[in-house]
Amino acid sequence: MTSKGIERLLLVLALSSVGSLALITFFIFWEGLPLILGTGPGDFLFSTHWAPTKGRFGIGAMIVSSVVVTLGALVLGVPLGLACAIVLAEFAPKRLKQVLKPTLELLAGIPSVVYGFLGVLWLVPLIREHLGGPGLSLLAAAVILGIMILPTIISISIDSLSAVPDLYRDGSLALGATRWQTVQRVVLPAARSGIITAIILGMGRAVGETMAVIMVAGNALKLPTSLLDPVRTLTSNIALELGYASGRHREALFATGVVLFVIIMILNLTAAAVTRRR
Amino acid sequence: MTTSPDASAEPQAGPPVITVRGLHLYYRDFHALKNVSCDFAGRAITALIGPSGCGKSTLLRVFNRMNDLIEGVRLTGQVLIDGQDIYAKGVNLTQLRKKVGMVFQRPNPFPLSIFDNVVYGPRLHGRPRKAELEEIATRSLAAVGLWEEVKDRLGTPALSLTEEQQQRLCVARLLAVEPEILLMDEPCSALDPISTLAIEDLVSELKERFTVVIVTHNMQQAARVSDQTAFFNLKAQGEPGRLVEIDTTERIFSNPKEKATEDYISGRFG
Repeated sequence: MTSKGIERLLLVLALSSVGSLALITFFIFWEGLPLILGTGPGDFLFSTHWAPTKGRFGIGAMIVSSVVVTLGALVLGVPLGLACAIVLAEFAPKRLKQVLKPTLELLAGIPSVVYGFLGVLWLVPLIREHLGGPGLSLLAAAVILGIMILPTIISISIDSLSAVPDLYRDGSLALGATRWQTVQRVVLPAARSGIITAIILGMGRAVGETMAVIMVAGNALKLPTSLLDPVRTLTSNIALELGYASGRHREALFATGVVLFVIIMILNLTAAAVTRRR
Repeated sequence: MTTSPDASAEPQAGPPVITVRGLHLYYRDFHALKNVSCDFAGRAITALIGPSGCGKSTLLRVFNRMNDLIEGVRLTGQVLIDGQDIYAKGVNLTQLRKKVGMVFQRPNPFPLSIFDNVVYGPRLHGRPRKAELEEIATRSLAAVGLWEEVKDRLGTPALSLTEEQQQRLCVARLLAVEPEILLMDEPCSALDPISTLAIEDLVSELKERFTVVIVTHNMQQAARVSDQTAFFNLKAQGEPGRLVEIDTTERIFSNPKEKATEDYISGRFG
């Protein structure tokens, strides 16, 4: 095969993956948009009344649940992940880093159903016994997701901390700064855009996670009023109901997908914009 | 900054401020500096010259203990600054590095504003009020001849300055912590010839108030700015660097004692 031919073949392959993204986008909107417009976007997004068999399609409660679960995951995952990244990138001896970084990245390779399983067996009873409520709750989902987003946050943060030139560290230390002062005042500000990107991508992972959340969140269809309430997120809703949905109900699930798709697109574009600005 | 009483009476070289006795330095198994002993005068400029790999930058980093950051560095011998052994137990590194400041090969302003760069040191070592910081910034930037150029844009990123301005800013950042000794590691190697002259003028001015040790590859630069010159050499690649001779710059460049110095100065090698 000539080199020209190989170039063409590679181009076709590259275009086909972009093409599949375009097709998925088109398909979700094609299936979901009519229902959003039919119900009225305001009603669809803000009503908390979800009764698909009676023709009521309001996903307000699920949007709130998804947002709160995600924020909860960030509250846990960001400080923990950032602290891990700082220790590994700036303070740990080389050998410790060589052992710990791959280990932490292994966290990303554990299937989400295993996280969910651990959550049901260990976290849910813990919450039920010590904090009350059914245990299957917003809190349980936030904790599990907080752990699940760690590898994303840690590995991207480590990369951006390591990309800060040693020249800055030397300059700061030579002025009499301690290592921690150097990290706090020079390295972290210099790595800021990378760390923000890490957080946004972690957020995207938390919003999109489905299986582990279904297993520990309780999936109740109501607006949560406490961290111990069972909740149903946007992703859980699709996964739970798609099996038996048909007609308008099925369209409503695609419409839920449209909302998710838009949220994740916004997060990714923001991450890309932050990365580019540096 | 402490001003010793003889500073005005004796503007030339003062008593030795840095004293090195029998210094050996190793990077793991590699013997980088062998048996170096010398005195560096106060309120004077000492130039360290010699071919690449002779250990002159390494010696410079001995004086503010920046070599401590490199794994596997070991040294024996004595290094005294103002009579104090800086490698003794219990030496406060922060105090040492405040007193012995360093300017690096490449300008390395932090990715912060011009103002935040200059007052970086004072902020580390205390909680000065805003008015004090502004005064320090004005004084330090004026001392390096940068104040007029940047006084209206102190809030802009330091990285938007030219390389020469950045290097001046790095010197200003150093002056803000009121050091006594300035270590300069080829401070002009990233600059064009005109900027180099400007920085050299600055270095000459700084001699009035500071003890300066400057590493340079550029022999004309050593001849132009320094009072005292130390020539380092190594027998062959992989051999330890050693001090060949140290003397007034005039004598080193006109009538050196050692043949190796003469050969290097006249450009026969290195």
